[in-house]
Amino acid sequence: MLDLHGYGPSIMRGAILTIELAFLSLLLALVLGLITASAKLSHNVISKGIATFYTTIIRGVPDLVLMLLLFYGGQWALVELSDWAFEVSDGRIDFFIQFNSFVSGVVVIGFIFGAYMAETFRGAFMAVEGGQIEAGKAYGMTGWQVFKRILFPQMMRHALPGIGNNWQVLLKTTALVSVIGLEDMVKLAVEAAKTTYEPFIFFIPVAFIYLSLTAISEWTLKWLKNHYSAGVVEG
Amino acid sequence: MDTILALLEGNQIFTPRVLTEYWGGFVTTAQLTVLALLIGLALSVPLAIMRTSKNPIINYPVFLFTYVFRGTPLLIQLYMIYYGVTLIHGIQESVFWVIFREAFYPALIAFTLNTTAYTTEIFRGAIQATSRNEIEAAKAYGMSRALMMRRIILPSAFRRALPTYSNEVIFMLHATSIASLVTIMDLTGVAREVYARFYAPFPAFIFVACLYLILTFALVYLFKRVEGRVLAHLRPR
Repeated sequence: MLDLHGYGPSIMRGAILTIELAFLSLLLALVLGLITASAKLSHNVISKGIATFYTTIIRGVPDLVLMLLLFYGGQWALVELSDWAFEVSDGRIDFFIQFNSFVSGVVVIGFIFGAYMAETFRGAFMAVEGGQIEAGKAYGMTGWQVFKRILFPQMMRHALPGIGNNWQVLLKTTALVSVIGLEDMVKLAVEAAKTTYEPFIFFIPVAFIYLSLTAISEWTLKWLKNHYSAGVVEG
Repeated sequence: MDTILALLEGNQIFTPRVLTEYWGGFVTTAQLTVLALLIGLALSVPLAIMRTSKNPIINYPVFLFTYVFRGTPLLIQLYMIYYGVTLIHGIQESVFWVIFREAFYPALIAFTLNTTAYTTEIFRGAIQATSRNEIEAAKAYGMSRALMMRRIILPSAFRRALPTYSNEVIFMLHATSIASLVTIMDLTGVAREVYARFYAPFPAFIFVACLYLILTFALVYLFKRVEGRVLAHLRPR
């Protein structure tokens, strides 16, 4: 039988942590992606510029470098800020913030994938005919109603394959958060492998958990695709 | 030149010595990326042909390989090969230790297998998208399957695969950054070292991020040029 040397329960906890991290980052990425896509499609030069800068930089730099930059950079900036506040206030303001690695992981991964989501949403928004939005407005719908009733349901059909791909990549990217100190299943597996000298016993179950997660996602996405393609004739 | 030298002397972090370290990191990153991609390319062409086979005994093992390698994080694959091989009992006394003593080769193996899996699926898609008329024409000429593959299917499949493959190349360039997690001094590895030495996260990581950006843009430009050439017949008139 598989002997995990007592590491089994903690690796399972790590797996749950990974799933929580992935879902929360997805949520943040979707929100950021929607905002950025709207900014990119707006006529405001400044918001367009910021959005383009954000998506270009994020997609041109490795995730790991961004993660290290944001995590260590953020920590450094906070220490500097607290030092400065301490000096300015003659010691009356004295605070120290230790970065929570789970929150940092969610923020960093959400921030990275927001850029990828933005590109997906931008394409999907543009795929919805302008005439339909005009028709909605002609019926006297508010901007929010047009978004909720006309734009969003149709956009989702075009955005789903892209969101699905991004989700699969995001899920695998969560393995990187072990680098910034989060006790996810990757970090635990590395520790266990080093202490017991039996690497495969720990890495194979972890790989298998990731594989099941991507497989489940694949089925779910297929189901969602059918759901949102209802009434659409392919080809 | 003098002004550059003066500028280099003026700051404490980016001294000529540190810049030489970054150059070394660039060379390692380039070696890992190029070698993994070239070997991966060579392996993925036969695998993609096997993957399109109707015989499940040929098709299924390749499918299993690509499914597992595309469905698990590259980091796990890297750790599995790096720790897995170095911690095997007796490997340190065997002849293989010459290869596995340094982290470079385990990392190269992990990156190669990973890119092979993705590239195989890219080519499979391109091969399966070959127009039926072309295949019929080739069959009418009495071509064997091998000849048809070589003359008709593969040349057009490579062209179709190019835009997707260029994404894979950029993905691989970025993916090699995790080599720094198994002690390799690639670009990211050097940046982490510089960060630790000077406790200066912003200069160390922003500098390396800019280098990656330049490399990415260079690759995008290069592939656009190549695509413009080989896909010239598909350009709108």
